[in-house]
Amino acid sequence: MENFPLLTTVLLAPVSAALLLCFVSSKSVQSVRVICAAAMTVALALTVYAFFSYDMSVGGMQFVEDVPWIRDLGVHYALGVDGISLPMLLLTELIGLAAVFSSWGITERPKEFYILLMILIAGVTGTFIARDLFIFLLCYEVVVIPIYIMVIIWGSTKRVSKEYAGMKLTIYLLMGSAFMLVGVVALYLTAFPEGARTFDMQALAAAAAGGCFSEEFQIFAFFLLLLGFGSLLSMFPFHSWSPDGYAGAPTAVSMIHAGVLKKIGGYGLIRLGLLVLPLGAKFWAPLIAALAIINVMYAAYIALAQHDLKYVIGYSSVSHMGYVLLGFAALNVVSVSGAVANMVAHGVMSALFFAMIGYVYERTHMRSVRELRGLAHQMPRVATGFMLAGMASLGLPGLIGFMPEFTIFVGSFGVYPVLAVLAISGIIFTALYTLRVLAKVLFGPRDSRFDYFEDARGVAMMPLIILGIALVGFGIFPQLLMGMVGSGTEQLMPLLERITDAPAFLGGVR
Amino acid sequence: MNFAAISTEIFILGMGLFAIVMDLVLPEEESRKSIGGVLIFALSGWFLYMFTLYHGAINPLEPASMAALTDRFFYQGLYLVDNYALFFKQLFILATVFTLLFASDYVQSVLRYRGEFYALLLLALLGMCVLASATDFLTVFLGLELMTISFYVLTGARMGSKDSSEAAVKYLIVGSVSTAVLLYGISLVYGAVGRIQFLEVCRSPHLFFPLGIAGITLVLIGFFFKLSVIPFHMWAPDVYQGAPTPITAMLAMGSKAAGIAAMMRVLFVAFPLLGLYWLPMLAVLCALCMIFGNIMAMRQKDVKRMLAYSSIAQAGYMMVGIVAADADGMKAVMFYAMLYVFANVGAFAALAVVEAQKGDTSHRAVSGLARSAPVLAAVMTISLLSMAGIPPTAGFAGKLYLFTAVVDQGFLWLAFVGFVMSMISVYYYLLVAKAMYLGRWDGSKLEISGAVRAAVVLSVLATVVVGVWPEKLAELTNLAANTFLR
Repeated sequence: MENFPLLTTVLLAPVSAALLLCFVSSKSVQSVRVICAAAMTVALALTVYAFFSYDMSVGGMQFVEDVPWIRDLGVHYALGVDGISLPMLLLTELIGLAAVFSSWGITERPKEFYILLMILIAGVTGTFIARDLFIFLLCYEVVVIPIYIMVIIWGSTKRVSKEYAGMKLTIYLLMGSAFMLVGVVALYLTAFPEGARTFDMQALAAAAAGGCFSEEFQIFAFFLLLLGFGSLLSMFPFHSWSPDGYAGAPTAVSMIHAGVLKKIGGYGLIRLGLLVLPLGAKFWAPLIAALAIINVMYAAYIALAQHDLKYVIGYSSVSHMGYVLLGFAALNVVSVSGAVANMVAHGVMSALFFAMIGYVYERTHMRSVRELRGLAHQMPRVATGFMLAGMASLGLPGLIGFMPEFTIFVGSFGVYPVLAVLAISGIIFTALYTLRVLAKVLFGPRDSRFDYFEDARGVAMMPLIILGIALVGFGIFPQLLMGMVGSGTEQLMPLLERITDAPAFLGGVR
Repeated sequence: MNFAAISTEIFILGMGLFAIVMDLVLPEEESRKSIGGVLIFALSGWFLYMFTLYHGAINPLEPASMAALTDRFFYQGLYLVDNYALFFKQLFILATVFTLLFASDYVQSVLRYRGEFYALLLLALLGMCVLASATDFLTVFLGLELMTISFYVLTGARMGSKDSSEAAVKYLIVGSVSTAVLLYGISLVYGAVGRIQFLEVCRSPHLFFPLGIAGITLVLIGFFFKLSVIPFHMWAPDVYQGAPTPITAMLAMGSKAAGIAAMMRVLFVAFPLLGLYWLPMLAVLCALCMIFGNIMAMRQKDVKRMLAYSSIAQAGYMMVGIVAADADGMKAVMFYAMLYVFANVGAFAALAVVEAQKGDTSHRAVSGLARSAPVLAAVMTISLLSMAGIPPTAGFAGKLYLFTAVVDQGFLWLAFVGFVMSMISVYYYLLVAKAMYLGRWDGSKLEISGAVRAAVVLSVLATVVVGVWPEKLAELTNLAANTFLR
């Protein structure tokens, strides 16, 4: 097992499924689905194995692979996972498998749908396991176009048309990435003299530690990265693609997008922003913290007024990303651990939410809070899913959402006391809109209009089971998640201590 | 007279004459596809042979290496076959082979004079090859005219089509004006310096006098016309739209690359000392190309016309590498020119099939293509994304090379313009994808011949392989750029 290229296999499982599907007749729908499910099961199983066999006492990058790829650019096909990326990888494979099962009912051009879905999952997987910046960017941008095509073909038109939603999503993300690319190019060129240049992230971080980047440069480059990763993380004011995009997208895309793709933004900020440009991160942290609070409060406030279930969850995800940003901006080990863990937690619960909404919408063609009511009578299992996701979303102890949020508050209170208090009060809003929606949709008198609709069973139960296990499992045993994340964020300790006295935006407003 | 040095040109000329003779020999009613077949076979064979012609680094201190260098010159140094020229010649031959592959059906069903099409295409190819090797102004002029005059005729080859005739006339007039400008510029430079060979022009101090500067400006403007650089681009959209689709493809990938090849040699060999003058001008013009080429492409309803504007933007991207003005920049330009060939073949091959069978290239004509010809729709999407620079297609690696080269020289703002505009360009490329995947399908199926299928599959394969693993192409372009002889 020593030399087995585990991460390559995880990456190639969906890719090979996509290639295989090209040769399967588009009429044999069942084999198409089964191939995808099998590929994702393999990927998930290997990831789970990696998760439990990762040696936390050693820490650092494990399961590493390294092949020289493009010599004149200094690109290596270098993979590896540490305590920060492994939970994200696990999240990706969990949601990937769940998304395959939630798309079981797709009848329009299923083969093309699954091919695009596999490419999408492969792209997301690649970003989390890449140790090389070039491979990271490659995988990151791969995902954009399949999403566009999936939204315009299999999406749904409600408040905004699916064409509009798809284009908005695509252009926002691509514009963000344009700025990010400039930042990355500048980073690549500044780090080393010609001939010694490399895209290896660890080498870049080492260059930063060696003082290759001046403070002005770090501030400038981090700002560019912030534009890119911030818009991906739906940071205010670049958040408006998120609710529209999720509303237009088909279930699987909403799940993957809200669940993991968005988290690439947070992951990138930590992996690239914090590790390579620590002084830049320190400088912009107060601004990020302020925007984070706007995210939390403003998005939660809007979510209160939404009637479309997908919009509620869309805005709620914007709001939750505010906590992640706050945890990042506090720049200490505890808060950053909280941010990473919260990304995982939010990923699982939003994916579950979207899976349940997708199931209901597929059956009833309704997703407005005004129309749906009393579903717990006809669909008790779906209602369970909704309740699990909802309770996790408002941070009920015993579910996945509690520990990460708590950690963020603990970590950020010392740095931004006022903002942290404001963020905590945001939980009240969260509780308000979540409970309002759940109460209306699930409970109340039985409505005979829904008597003809079946509850989830068989394959349709799979997303609920997969995500539910993660939701409850990590809730009851938070150490599984927090320990792993902690082993990853410990490496930040010397770095964070070094920058405590560095200058910050507006003198570090509190 | 070292005729071995110009074996490629002799071979191409021979194949061109062969096409004329074949056309005369074959009976009137017989298909001319066989000519295309022979040409494809011969040219691709020669393409492979050319890999053996590359030379290693040349060391002036070693006599053997210098002897190898003199082997590369023809006619007292007027003509040079270095790695740089070889690379571009391979690119032109590859572009022609691909064009022939997907053009044969189109030629058979749309054009009236078929044999002439092949002969003229080969002559245009010959002109391009001359351009890549030219080391003096008159040879440049010769190559340029051979190429453009062949293209004037080919542009008007759709007899009976108003668009095509209009395009040909327009191209002829604007092309002649630009030729005149170029020639005037050359005469001014000659007047100032008294030499026409690049290496001798470069050494002359007289170049810095106003006469020389004016000459350089006019020479560059002549090239800008040929490359359809904004603000000298007004002929491009009409010509691209009116010309037969395979010719549009050749104009976009061949003629443009040939212009770039000649321009780089002129700038880097004849005028390197005047970089102070032409660098800022070039930087501004390539930013203009990237901005307005992309913005104007957004409003187009016709895919061919859209590709014309997008090719203006692409010329802008390639010029970014020239602005970098070093080996890295040159290498990036060559890399990009090659991947642009692959992307163009994919897009235009699909369009040629659509045009031949539906008689139109508007968004309406391609709507529902994902159902009437799924392969073509996928190929078109991937090729367009490569032009936009989205991974895993080659365009991403190409743009990364271009912009790292130019940022390394301190032009960070160009990288901003370039990346932002290329992301904006995704918008109009995706509009085509939307029409193909979401547009109404009239229930018909398009027929795709084996040759077209081969062309599109090969080009897409190349696009994706180069995108994910650019190593081999990068090595080749590195070799060509680093052994560039000044």
